[in-house]
Amino acid sequence: MIFHYIISPFIEPQVQRALAACLALSIGFAPVGIILIMRRMSLIGDSLSHAILPGTALGYVSAGAMSVGLMTLGGIITGLAVVFFSTLVTRNTSQKEDTSFASFYVISTAIGIILIRLKGGDEEVVHMLFGDAESIDNTTLLLVMAAVSLGLTVFAVIYRPLIIECFDPVFMRVSGARGGLYHHIFLALAVISLVAGFRALGTLMAMGLMLLPAASARFWVNNIGKILVISSAFATASSIGGLLISYHLHVPPGAAIVLVAAGFYLFSLGVGSNDSLRKRLLQPRHLRG
Amino acid sequence: MAYCRGRYYPYTALALGLSCMPIILKNLTVAYDGHPAIHHVNCSFEFGSLTAVTGPNGAGKSTLIKVLAGLMNYDGVIEMNGLEMADIGYLPQIHESDKSFAISVLDLAIMGYWKKVGAFRKISAAMLDDAKKTLETVGLSGFEGRAIGTLSAGQFQRALFARAMLQNAKLILLDEPFSAVDANTTADLLNIMHGWSAAGKTVIAVLHDMDQIRENFPETMLLARECVACGKTAEVLTNKNLAWAKDTMAENWDENSPVCEAAA
Repeated sequence: MIFHYIISPFIEPQVQRALAACLALSIGFAPVGIILIMRRMSLIGDSLSHAILPGTALGYVSAGAMSVGLMTLGGIITGLAVVFFSTLVTRNTSQKEDTSFASFYVISTAIGIILIRLKGGDEEVVHMLFGDAESIDNTTLLLVMAAVSLGLTVFAVIYRPLIIECFDPVFMRVSGARGGLYHHIFLALAVISLVAGFRALGTLMAMGLMLLPAASARFWVNNIGKILVISSAFATASSIGGLLISYHLHVPPGAAIVLVAAGFYLFSLGVGSNDSLRKRLLQPRHLRG
Repeated sequence: MAYCRGRYYPYTALALGLSCMPIILKNLTVAYDGHPAIHHVNCSFEFGSLTAVTGPNGAGKSTLIKVLAGLMNYDGVIEMNGLEMADIGYLPQIHESDKSFAISVLDLAIMGYWKKVGAFRKISAAMLDDAKKTLETVGLSGFEGRAIGTLSAGQFQRALFARAMLQNAKLILLDEPFSAVDANTTADLLNIMHGWSAAGKTVIAVLHDMDQIRENFPETMLLARECVACGKTAEVLTNKNLAWAKDTMAENWDENSPVCEAAA
């Protein structure tokens, strides 16, 4: 019984590859998701996930088939372009980051929709938006692993200045440190992570695996290091659970994984040990001091 | 000890490249959209001085602090003899950082080591000890592990003072540091500022409370877009000067103000 439902699906090589990709993404997404939440940029992350669409579409159109390399490259280029133009506007005008990101991502998405329509069919659109873990081949898996390894390494290198820049950009400016540089490196990491995730999870659902575990972890601990660990654990569990559901019920794996992550989120929101509903509603008797 | 402008300083401080007049403003103008917030200001701040910047609302006090912190463009000259960007500590009026950010009080304080450790060097056990002692000095002993979100406004200000101390800033700029702080905390923080000045750090603070300025700040700069007066507090805060500052600022905002003809 347990073997049939939980172990046996992972004997199939196709599911094994999907699992490997999702586990890598679970760990690689954690730092990006946490910084997005800490900097109150969750929706900017969401706009990035749309921003990579036209690039992947362009890669698809020019290759004529689902060419992983070209689509990945295209996604990274358009994602970085949206980051570049948005920060250019934010730095040089009084418009805030959320407005400029929203402006450029809708432009990007509109271009993407037209490109896909010009060339492709509905099935490709669905796979691009919602992912297709079944079709992960060794090349894709290698790309995912490489992107995640690169992302984690860079994150470890810029960890200290990035955290300070997120918390207090004015301090970094007055100290003469190039805080903006770290912010841009981070945004580039976010783009690369999302592009790494789009094949397995889809451009839209990748965001879910990035943000939901981080938001859930926030309901348990109040320290970035611990949030990282708990967030990765939630994401890992969501990936395994979601893939099993997807396998047995024949639903898209990206959505299944995000829904499991949503379960963890609601659970954490309810009974977490840090600022959850339980903590708000059932306050213990106050202490003497 | 070296003698400079009525005060004695350790030779080491001068040898480090600190002249006894670290900051000189010459004909400084800072404008928002063409309208000057600071207009042709000349003034100087001596090494180790404790200066209050005061004046009516809209007089350009915060703008002056920001421009000294290197956060704004300006016309004119700012001479910061021997001071680098990293030597400046800046405590803004409203700290825009997110108080729910998941870091501890100790984490916040040791950001002051940025200049020393940068992105990669280790923060040693001795440095952590120093940080804890500094937190004690500012009255936050036992708060090291607390999340910053749990601090009151006064405690948060104390933590920012600790960070400025660990930063070992030679010029400390404070924009209304006591606006959300009770009398007890204010007294503690004023004490710390006196200590900074005695240690040869230059302290410039925007303040509104005239009695507090007269009691604690030997030097004062009275701003009303232009510099009304700058120097010994008793000579600056005269009724005549204060009335002048008030009248100057009471002039109405002129949307179509002509171009200023004074020498740039």
